[in-house]
Amino acid sequence: MAGEEPKNVFDAEAASSLARELRGTFLSGKTRSYEWRVSQLKALLKLVDDNEQEIVDALRSDLSKPPMESVVCEIGLLKNSCKVSLRELKHWMKPEKVKTSITTFPSSAEIVPEPLGVALVISAWNYPILLSLDPVVGAIAAGNAVVLKPSEISPATSSLLAKLLGKYMDNSCVRVVEGAADETTALLQQKWDKIFYTGNARIGRTVMTAAAKHLTPVVLELGGKSPAVVDSNINIKVASRRIIAGKWGCNNGQACISPDYIITTKDYAPKLVDALKTELETFYGKNPLESKDLSRIVNSNHFGRLTKLLDEDKVSGKIVYGGERDESKLMIAPTILLDVPRNSLIMNEEIFGPLLPIITVDKLEESFDVINSGTKPLAAYLFTNNKKLKEQFAKGISAGGLVVNDTTLHLAVHTLPFGGVGESGIGAYHGKFSFDAFTHKKAVLYRSFHGDAAVRYPPYSYMKLRLMKALIGGSINGIIRALFG
Amino acid sequence: MQIHNAMETLRDLERDLKNMREYYESGITKEASWRESQLKRLRSFLLEKEEEILNALLQDLGKHHLEAFRDEVGTLIKSLNFALNNLKQWMSGKKAKLPKIALLTSAEIVAEPLGLVLIISSWNFPFGLSLEPLIGAIAAGNTAVLKPSELSPTCSAVLASGLYNYLDKKAIKVIQGGPAEAEQLLHQRWDKIFFTGSTRVGRIVMSSAVRYLTPVTLELGGKCPAVVDSLSSSFDREVAVKRIIVGKFGTCAGQACISIDYILVEKRFAPVLVELMKVWIKKMFGENPRELKTVARIVNKQHLFRLKNLVADPRVQESVVYGGSIDEDNLFIEPTIMVDPPLDSAIMSEEIFGPLLPVITLEKIEDSIKFINSRPKPLALYVFTKNQSLQRRMISETSSGSVTFNDAIVQYAADTLPFGGVGESGFGNYHGKFSFDTFSHEKTVVNRSFLTDFWFRFPPWNTHKYHLLEVAYNYDYLGLLLLVLGLKRSCKRKSF
Repeated sequence: MAGEEPKNVFDAEAASSLARELRGTFLSGKTRSYEWRVSQLKALLKLVDDNEQEIVDALRSDLSKPPMESVVCEIGLLKNSCKVSLRELKHWMKPEKVKTSITTFPSSAEIVPEPLGVALVISAWNYPILLSLDPVVGAIAAGNAVVLKPSEISPATSSLLAKLLGKYMDNSCVRVVEGAADETTALLQQKWDKIFYTGNARIGRTVMTAAAKHLTPVVLELGGKSPAVVDSNINIKVASRRIIAGKWGCNNGQACISPDYIITTKDYAPKLVDALKTELETFYGKNPLESKDLSRIVNSNHFGRLTKLLDEDKVSGKIVYGGERDESKLMIAPTILLDVPRNSLIMNEEIFGPLLPIITVDKLEESFDVINSGTKPLAAYLFTNNKKLKEQFAKGISAGGLVVNDTTLHLAVHTLPFGGVGESGIGAYHGKFSFDAFTHKKAVLYRSFHGDAAVRYPPYSYMKLRLMKALIGGSINGIIRALFG
Repeated sequence: MQIHNAMETLRDLERDLKNMREYYESGITKEASWRESQLKRLRSFLLEKEEEILNALLQDLGKHHLEAFRDEVGTLIKSLNFALNNLKQWMSGKKAKLPKIALLTSAEIVAEPLGLVLIISSWNFPFGLSLEPLIGAIAAGNTAVLKPSELSPTCSAVLASGLYNYLDKKAIKVIQGGPAEAEQLLHQRWDKIFFTGSTRVGRIVMSSAVRYLTPVTLELGGKCPAVVDSLSSSFDREVAVKRIIVGKFGTCAGQACISIDYILVEKRFAPVLVELMKVWIKKMFGENPRELKTVARIVNKQHLFRLKNLVADPRVQESVVYGGSIDEDNLFIEPTIMVDPPLDSAIMSEEIFGPLLPVITLEKIEDSIKFINSRPKPLALYVFTKNQSLQRRMISETSSGSVTFNDAIVQYAADTLPFGGVGESGFGNYHGKFSFDTFSHEKTVVNRSFLTDFWFRFPPWNTHKYHLLEVAYNYDYLGLLLLVLGLKRSCKRKSF
């Protein structure tokens, strides 16, 4: 008789009812006040502060993420994002007064930032805390209601987010929907005022297609093959460390802005390989599979994908360091490959793992052609002391963001817009850019009843036409001539 | 034979686009000198070919030369001057403020052209809606294909020959045609699509953009309401009415995305307003507006019949208080006012896009807020009032692309205001610097030195490194120094 509770299926009806509910709350005006937004941002900060250990544990469960990475890269960056928003929110919310010109004289004007309404944030599995909550910070700061759909591929974090957001946040405005493809589809069928998606290009297209039906603007944070070009005549020790930090120090290469592959000259490659080997050993020891400082591969799916890249015939012989794997632990050791063929699998998809191919060219300038022959990446890196090369790089390479002499750092700077271009994405966020991503900039023009220009109105005459031309041209003589014939 | 031609055209198109991309890759359109020269030549086109342009607008839409100059040519020249005066500043990178801890790093945000862009424009302001976006595309350093509307063919032809003769033909192309050509274009790869038109086609454009993950700007429409408060001063009333009349009937006969679609007014003030409107319609447009060309034509038979149908509803017919005559042969509809047509009639649910003006009466003017909010977000909201409290409520309690107080349409001419919709009226914006931005990618470029590094950035990890990183991330330079010197301890950290 004590029957089981029927499992709650999140279908289209549930999604529709959720969207309706949140829209109702939004229309009540609740999320627009400064006080509400501040209270929610503070709640988020407290959520993270109070539950740091649980978060670290969930990330360890989902990704074997080293606690240091969890605390610094996810928790630390998220807290910073909340703090910046709290500090700047009043300023961001203020209407911006703008100058008006003779064409609307006399008038005054301003741009008023307005929340879009109800936002949908779909997050990824590799930085499941940061990539879920950072966009939510933007949505809330901008005064929206928001639904978060965390990735099912990081299930411990997903359920932790559902639990904690349910506990700490205003449930009438902020909700979490857990699930996989079915639930996401149900959500995407609804009308949202903004969709913010982090993930791969294939699903990105699905999201944009769904958004098109409702004319919903989107931000798509995708990926690509982020190249690192390495010149000779550099501090190779420092460069190697920074490459390693950006690659294996970021979720063991499973990060959208990890250096995907390296391009260097044939002559320099051996030196680079040696430097990398030395530093890798310092970082991770002689048995990296045993190192506690490396994330594992997220699941067997991706493990299989990565081993396939390594085991391809024309590639397996190119391994110069690493290559060890332990399927039971879903671990792949930091692996460097030298001179893999350009048409290999590993050079034709985003690696998203601990494999680092090094491509060699005769002259370093050729690396630009290599990069430009592919789709625009999310990030591109250059290690050099050559000023001219830096300029050519900045001018000639199109990517979401460029970093010279380091990797991945730009993610942590809130004054820089973080986003892709071309296949690496649409839109940007972080800092004020997050606020803007969830905001409509409403133009407001105040006109007086005085100072009317009769030239505007019919009945039309050529005198009026001459005067109008003179006004547009802005010359006093023209105006005088037009007035006095 | 026909199919063969179609394939030929597609092949030609693909080859042309390939050439344009190569031209873009050569880097020439990125040069400030190229952009400046193109903008100047565009201005020359408008100045030298003014008569041809005004005649084309008269031909396609029956626009009086003055209306055509006021709304299209003049506005474009203003925009070109604004772009030329500000181009250098727009092109220069912005230095981004960096946290002190980053010491020897510098960071810039650099505007980069997107590449090859597609601009699809509309028939009602064929020059304005083609060239305003083009100004942005050129200023931002892109190559561009412009697809003007086939419903304003004379104007399209003038644009095609004009741009061919005046601009760099390797970088800017006009491709004329109808829906079939548009569809073909939408299947190609673009780095940006800028679309002005209807919601229905907007959806098709965005769906097509998915293939190459192309960013889009959609300038759509909607029903733009004009809320008219009970103005006490007769001077104000007169000015308001003149602006309303021009904002409705005097701007392409109401066929504009930002035309006043309908009016909201208090019951007790409505008769005053309507009477004043009747007076001024006569004064402004004369006894024979079609002859005087003070009111433009309906663009074609299809739209004329659409508008005719809106008034054909007998309940709507009943509510007509002025005008109503339709000259089918000359594609002309007289300025028409109706008072309180039923809210469920087509004229009150579709975007009118014509010289028919419904006046909806309310008990209290504040009721207009709920009325507006129960409908899709419009591109523009007009409010005629001096009541500052009402003004504030309008801004904060409704949503629209823009809000203009005590006037209509003029916001289009403001270079410092973003022009674009929200919700069903579109997304993205342009005009002034917003045009430049809409065709640019904001690329971040960060420079770091090899000299400083925080050794605690790297594994193997331990508690001490954590302390240092935590402090560094909090941009606490002094704290960092003290920690390194061992003069400060971080309290609540557990060890790893």
